[in-house]
Amino acid sequence: MEVPLFVRGILVITEKNMRLYYTKPPVLMFGVLFPVFMFFAFFVGRHLDLATYFPAFLAMMLFFTASSVGPLITPWEKREKTYERLLSYPVTQDSIILGDVMAGAIFGIGISLLVWIVSAFFMPVTVMYAGMFFLAFILGTLSCAALGVLLAAPASNSPPNVMIFSNLIRFPLIFISGIFVPLSEMQGWALTLAYCSPLTYLVDLFNAAMSGTSALSPVVDAGVLIMVFGGFILAARFIQQRNMMKGM
Amino acid sequence: MNALEVEHLVKRFGSITAVDDVSLTVREGETFGFLGPNGAGKTTTIRLMTGVLTPDAGTVRINGIDIHRHPLDAKMQMGVIPESSTVYGDLSAEQNLHLSGKMYGMSRALRDTRIEEILSQLGFAEKRHSPVNTFSKGMKQRVSIACAIIHRPKVLVLDEPTSGLDVQSRRLVIETIRHMNEQGSTIFLTTHNIEEANTLCQTVCIINRGKIVAQDSPERLKKMFDTTQSVEVSFDRAVTRDLFVAEGIIRAEPCGDKWRLYTDNPDRVLKYLVLRAERESLGITSLTTSGPSLEEAFVQITECA
Repeated sequence: MEVPLFVRGILVITEKNMRLYYTKPPVLMFGVLFPVFMFFAFFVGRHLDLATYFPAFLAMMLFFTASSVGPLITPWEKREKTYERLLSYPVTQDSIILGDVMAGAIFGIGISLLVWIVSAFFMPVTVMYAGMFFLAFILGTLSCAALGVLLAAPASNSPPNVMIFSNLIRFPLIFISGIFVPLSEMQGWALTLAYCSPLTYLVDLFNAAMSGTSALSPVVDAGVLIMVFGGFILAARFIQQRNMMKGM
Repeated sequence: MNALEVEHLVKRFGSITAVDDVSLTVREGETFGFLGPNGAGKTTTIRLMTGVLTPDAGTVRINGIDIHRHPLDAKMQMGVIPESSTVYGDLSAEQNLHLSGKMYGMSRALRDTRIEEILSQLGFAEKRHSPVNTFSKGMKQRVSIACAIIHRPKVLVLDEPTSGLDVQSRRLVIETIRHMNEQGSTIFLTTHNIEEANTLCQTVCIINRGKIVAQDSPERLKKMFDTTQSVEVSFDRAVTRDLFVAEGIIRAEPCGDKWRLYTDNPDRVLKYLVLRAERESLGITSLTTSGPSLEEAFVQITECA
């Protein structure tokens, strides 16, 4: 009886999150407007080959959109005191975490696909390996959405604080992950730092799928993204369980 | 069969033991009152019972299902109304009810039928499409209750459901609790309102500093801790305390436009009051006697503990 209940809990929580949080100003600001502004700031008017940089831009878009929903949900619900009621429904902390990840992932896929489709009207956006492109989309959204949920896990009932904290983590990542400077042009400590960022592997996988060139093997990229997804979920679970013990 | 069984529940926050070896059982169909002063451990106990908090030790079974081992099955049996009105303010009352119904796996058709029933029962049918953020506190509490009873739970847990409500909303909430109990739900209720517990509950349990200090029927608790009765009297003009210096009157307290006289012999006090009023040409406008109160028992129990 518990497995169907568990799955149903995840789906209902996902639907609730989609209905409630997609249109919240912090999500629109940091999830949609910010990556667009970053695109204009770094790519437009600099005589860059936009088609070459498009995989990196798409990865950045996916990263920002998918990781912007998760940090908002838990603090918002704790502030509004709906989190306690949510926990008293037939759901577990795991269903809440997975429901939050799903909501972030769906938001990331939706907005990024839209950007990809719209971009195709203005520039030659090619996809050499459709399967790998699809895999990159799925693994990228899931791992970025899981990062968003992990960022919200430390107990706080202040959405602005959590959003500031999440941006403190997210912004540096886009500068070290091969988005503005290709991985092949990086050396020394910059390259070491790049390998520490999960976003690097998403950019590389998009490069492999769209242009056929990548710094690492797509298998390695996909493997790292899967591990990152699992690691973020387990870390969020651990922190939330500790919060539950402490009554936070 | 017991609807709710709590055994040796312990919860510590650092060096503070908020819930200290609490055990209690609630029979099926019973209305059980859980009383205690502020900070006694009532809300923490409820959070442990409803799976919101993880206990350090002990078990909680809802209709025989351990909530910490099988949380989903156990929670399906329950409806919970947390301390503050906790529904989604951005959603309408009806959307909140649909969300609750989906959480409990109700079909669309069943949800629609049940929502119609509840909306008319709790009196917010005309505001069903308005965002809950625009509601008064009483209305929000009605929506919160509606969300908890939509699936007709076998066990309904209410944490101070009438706290801060106006008279109309409080009456409606009490009526709903009674109605749910008549329909077969077991009720677990925490309240600060002793009178509410007295009129609603078959069993009352008092917690103080995390420990259970008394558990019995309201009548037996009253008799156990207080044999003093009281007489309330009001006259057609103001009188002073001197009027009540008489044998049999233990103490006199002004109580609005009345005086409350504590006595162990109300018959003697009544006769004295009638005689004295006649002698002083006072008109008695009201005269009532009452037995030992649960409030007195509560104060004595929690002060002694």
